[in-house]
This record gives sequence, C-alpha cells and structure tokens, in this order.
Amino acid sequence: MIVSEPISPSVAGNAPHETFILNLGPQHPATHGVLRVKMTMDGEYVVRAEPVCGYIHRMQEKMGENRTYAQYLPNTSRIDYLSAMNYTHGFVGAVERAARIQVPPRAEYIRVITSELGRISSHLVWWGAFLLDLGGFTPLLYAFDDREKILDLLEGITGARLTYCYYRFGGLYNDVDETFLKGARQFVAQMRPRLKMYRALVTENIILRKRLIGIGPISAELCRRYGATGPVIRGSGVPYDVRKAEPYSVYREFDFDIPTFPEGDSMARYLVRMEEMAQSLRIIEQALDHLPGGPVMAEKVPRVLKLPAGDYCYAVEAARGRFMVRLVSDNKEIAYRLKLRTPCLSNLSLFEEASRGMLLADALALLGSLDLVIPDIDR
Amino acid sequence: MNALLAKTITFLDTEPYRLVVWVLIIVTFVAINAAYLVWVERKGAGRFQRRPGPTEVGPAGLLQPVADGLKLMAKQLIVPAGADTMLFRAAPLLVMAPVLMSLAVIPFGRGLAALNLNVGLLIVFALGPINLMAIMLGGWASRNKYAVMSAARVVSQNVAYEIPMLLVVTTMAMVSGTLDLNQIVEQQSGGFWHWNLFRVWVNPLMPVTFLIFYICMLAETNRAPFDMAEAESELVAGAYTEYGGMGFGVFFMAEYANIVLGCSLATVLFLGGWQSPFGLMPGVVWFLIKMYFLIFSVVWIRWTFPRTQFYGLLNLSWKILIPVSLFTLILSAAMIKILRALS
Repeated sequence: MIVSEPISPSVAGNAPHETFILNLGPQHPATHGVLRVKMTMDGEYVVRAEPVCGYIHRMQEKMGENRTYAQYLPNTSRIDYLSAMNYTHGFVGAVERAARIQVPPRAEYIRVITSELGRISSHLVWWGAFLLDLGGFTPLLYAFDDREKILDLLEGITGARLTYCYYRFGGLYNDVDETFLKGARQFVAQMRPRLKMYRALVTENIILRKRLIGIGPISAELCRRYGATGPVIRGSGVPYDVRKAEPYSVYREFDFDIPTFPEGDSMARYLVRMEEMAQSLRIIEQALDHLPGGPVMAEKVPRVLKLPAGDYCYAVEAARGRFMVRLVSDNKEIAYRLKLRTPCLSNLSLFEEASRGMLLADALALLGSLDLVIPDIDR
Repeated sequence: MNALLAKTITFLDTEPYRLVVWVLIIVTFVAINAAYLVWVERKGAGRFQRRPGPTEVGPAGLLQPVADGLKLMAKQLIVPAGADTMLFRAAPLLVMAPVLMSLAVIPFGRGLAALNLNVGLLIVFALGPINLMAIMLGGWASRNKYAVMSAARVVSQNVAYEIPMLLVVTTMAMVSGTLDLNQIVEQQSGGFWHWNLFRVWVNPLMPVTFLIFYICMLAETNRAPFDMAEAESELVAGAYTEYGGMGFGVFFMAEYANIVLGCSLATVLFLGGWQSPFGLMPGVVWFLIKMYFLIFSVVWIRWTFPRTQFYGLLNLSWKILIPVSLFTLILSAAMIKILRALS
C-alpha cells in the first residue's frame, strides 16, 4: 500500500512513503491471549491498528439460550476468567431480579467481599502483565504472590481457584467459615503496605513515568463514543462506576470513593487501578466489620427456575468495566434471549482510533493499559 | 618442581605456543563465563523475584547451562524461506569474533594479557562496532518484519551511544596520557583513592564520567533497560526472532561475552584493574572481583527496571550524555593544562 501524503515525521524528505502490514498476534507476547491486531505501520509509527477478534469465540450467548439458568451459571465465570466473581454476580443478579428473589443480607455482604477480592486479584494480574508489556518482569511475580493469597482464600470457600461458581440464585453455595474471615482481615492488613511498596518501587520509577505520562491520551468524548467503561473511562475523568451510578447488591451501604483521573493517558488508567485496589480493601474491611448473621440462601427457591415473561437487565461493575446481562424470558425454563454486554469489547474498539500515529511501543503500552481479557472480547 | 614449572611457563611463553595457549585461555574464559553468567542471571533473577531459580539440574542448578547448551545444540538449524542464507549464517559468527579479539588486549593481571599492545584501548573500540553490525545483519538477513525493525533500532541506538562512550574514553586517554591498558592500570596503583573513579583532582567529574561509561556500556550490550533490540513485548525477539538452536545460542553467548568485555574495560579504566583497594597484594583476583561485581550490578538493573521508550533512550544520549561527556572532556583538557602550568 502506497500512501501519497506524508504521515509522520519519521519519513525523511523525498523518500517514498511506504507502509507495511505488521501482524501482531494471535500469538504475540503483548497481546496476552489470542487477540490479533493488524497494524499498518509507517516505520515505527502506527498508521492504522485494526483488531481482529473471534479467535476464542465460544458462542456464550447462544449457549445461554439453550440451557436452563442453573446449567448456564458456571459459564459466566468463563467469560472474563480473571474477575469470575463479578460475572457470576451479574448473571445471578439478573435472574434474581426476574424471579423476584430476595437475597438474605449475609449473602449480599459475602458477595461484596468476594467480588472485591476478585477485583483486587484481577487488578494484580493486570498490573503484573502490564509491567511485563513495559519490559519489567519482576513485578509480575510480586503481584502473583499477593494474588496467591486471594486465590487461597477463595479456594477455601468455593473449591475453585479461578472459575468460581459460588453465587447461586438466591444466595450462596455455602457460608463462609472463620478461617476465611480471619484470612480476609489478614489479607487487608498485609495488602496495604504492599500497595505502598509498589507505589515507591514501581509507580514512582522514572522510566515507568516517562513511558506512561502523556502517552496514549483517550478523551472522555472518545470513551463515550465507543462505550468504554471501567478504569478506562475513569482514567479519562468520568466518574462512572456502576457501584455508584446504579448501586446493586449492598454497595449503597459502604463508604468508598471512585478514583478518577482527568488526564486520560496511560498513567491515569494505571493510577485508577492502583487506587481502586486500595478502595476495594476499604470496602472489604467495612463489609467484614458489619457482616450480619443469618442464612446465606433465600428460602423456597425452586430447583428449576421459570422466569416470568419479560425483559430484564442487571449490570455490575466488573474489574474491567460495566458487565451487563440482559435476559428476555418467555416464561420457559430457558431464556429466549441472553445478551452479555462485556466491557472489553468496547474498550478494545477505541484502540483503533486512539492508537493512530503512535509509536509501536507506545501503542502496545496503550493496549496494555486497556486491560483486555480476550475471552471477554469474543465471549 | 618449581624449576620445572618455571621452565614450562617460559616454554609456553615463546611465540607459537603462546598464541595457542592464549587462544585456549580466552575461548575457555568466554565460554565458561557465557555459560555461567546465564546461571547467575537466572539465579539472580530468581532471588530478586522471591523464587529459588534453577534447582533441578545438578546441585543448586549448577549443571543448568550444560543442559541448556545440549538442548540448543540438539535443535535443528532453520533458515527461513527467503532469507539471505549466507548472511543469516554468518551473523552469529560475526557477533562472537570481535569480543574474543578484544579480550586479547585486556590485562587481567600484571603482564597477564594475550597481547601487550600500546594501543589496546583503540583496538577494543575499533572492533566493538562489528558486533552491532552483526546483529543488524542477522536482523536484516532474517526477512522478518520484527527483525528488520529491531535491526534499525540497534543501529540508531548504537550510533547514539557510541559517541558519548568514545568521548568518555577519549577523556580517559587524555587523563592517563596513554592508550596502553597495562599502563593505565599501573597508573592507578596504591589504594583505591588512586583509581581513576576517585581521582577527582584530575577531573572533579570523574564519577560522572564513570556513570556515563556504565550507561553507555548497558546500551551498547543491549541490556535492559535499553534492550530495544530484543524488546520481547514489542518485537517478539527482535533481531533474533528467526534464529533457533545454536544460532540463537551464539547470539546469547555473545551478549554475555560483551558484558564481560564491557565490565572488564570499566574495571581497567576506572576501578584500577588488578590493583587491590588497599595497595597490598595486587593480582588477578582483584580484577575478577571488581569485574564480577559490575556484572552483578548489570543483572541487578535488568531485573529491577522496566524498558525505556526508544525516543527516551535517544533523548538521554543526545540531550544529556553527549553534552555532559563533551563537557567532561573539555574540563579535563583544561585541568591538564592548568595542572601542568602550576607544576
């Protein structure tokens, strides 16, 4: 492809302006999974980056339309396997809203605790992987060390380490034990100094700051146009968080902030996630303090649910943004239509416009700062 | 017994045998270092990351380099379709040769150098760029887009860092008044305050000069945080993407051999070579201690910092290192004149 106009300062004087296609992925160290980005490059500058999706498409929505709600429930934790708790929360919430099931308060509190633990573990994976993208290998192992503690805690109550199926329609699979509660408190106490250490060692590192500050700016307007949510839009200065905007579960009862940074660059998105971990710790601490007693499962939830006909929505704030489940029921045991609104697809779609004219390394830093989980894009 | 030993040494010191002996010594030294620095790197990385590193092969994983070497040698050598076969095959050889040649002039101890050239410093820097050219050739000959981009990066990075490096070396040559590495070390005898690093009365900016040399050495050996040539999250494996088996192995070994060379040179120029820090018992041990300390710091930096951005790297060189090294050059020239006028 020959482009007639000069595209970037990298092209010297009268040299022919030639571009080439660089196929990034589906197996590339920076695409974390099977994302493929078809990049039209002008030297080291990105002219056009076109994401090619579908390499891990599993027809999650269609699967939801030919099995019962209970049968589909474990699937939801396979969409974004890094924040599985939030995703099952979304689906369970939608079904509960449709079936008008009242969830006991203890179950709601435990849902909040586990969801927030899931958010922290998801952000920790992002943090390690993002620094890996920037060429720093060591933080990954520290992040996984912390994450290990969360996984151990959740394994104790759910039996799974990654794809939990802990929430049930009307409550939880089982109650938490004393070990979990003590462990969660201990984790909160341990994690705070760790976050402080990460700030001193990594966030304030001059090389990291130079690579992130001012790189890959995304305006709030661009976020709105593509429907970006989560830390991406909060990094552009829009304080949109489902937990505050349309509070679900018992989030209304907790005191926490929505960290927003108006700069819109990679650093802002980085700081949003780092700050969110601290906020999640705050929520966990409050929930542990005020954990009510009582049952963890609503009474009289039928084994096979038949939702009344209608159109139901339920949104949760997953680690990567707004995850929404839309259920259309025609009064059968199986949903007529299941729509999953996942944050990563919207967050990825702005990449093409945002990365125009960037250097390859910066574009990949931007891609990393969007925190993409590929099964969440393809579903 | 001692007489026999002395006789053997004298015999081996005569010309044709001396050559063979030194070739063997240098090749073995480089091979052992390249192999065991990989082990040090992996062990070091493990410790920085709170894990034990290699433990399985041999005690404390000490046989790991042997296993790695065998694995690499057992692999098929693949030349990608459309690649320039000759250049592709020649690049690993070219990358290794200049390091081996440069090590010939490094004095490991008093008189312990393969070649006592009076222009040793010049030889090292004359041979140095061949290594970069070889990486560029390898990238170019691979006919891989990542490799070509990496080759372009290597060239601009090394053009940028060769200049401050040479300015620093010129400063050192002026301060020492010689290009003979043996003499440069001899001048630094008698306690660590005589080392060039601390000779602030010759040039108050001596520590800064050392820092510039060290940064340039990191950049020239393509080590993190300046590992643009093989930025794995951007360019997969950069210039080495298409290399497998021992072709890759040689590139890998050359990287470590270059670190050994760079650290040896830093030791000779700034840290007093084989001189002991207290003025007592100079010897090859001191040289090795200093050299391995520098090598350890290189490993340390690699596992601590993220990679710099490419333009950040060039900015550092053109906007900071070159002006500062030019300034130190002029300053030491002026100091030499002033000191001479005073005495």
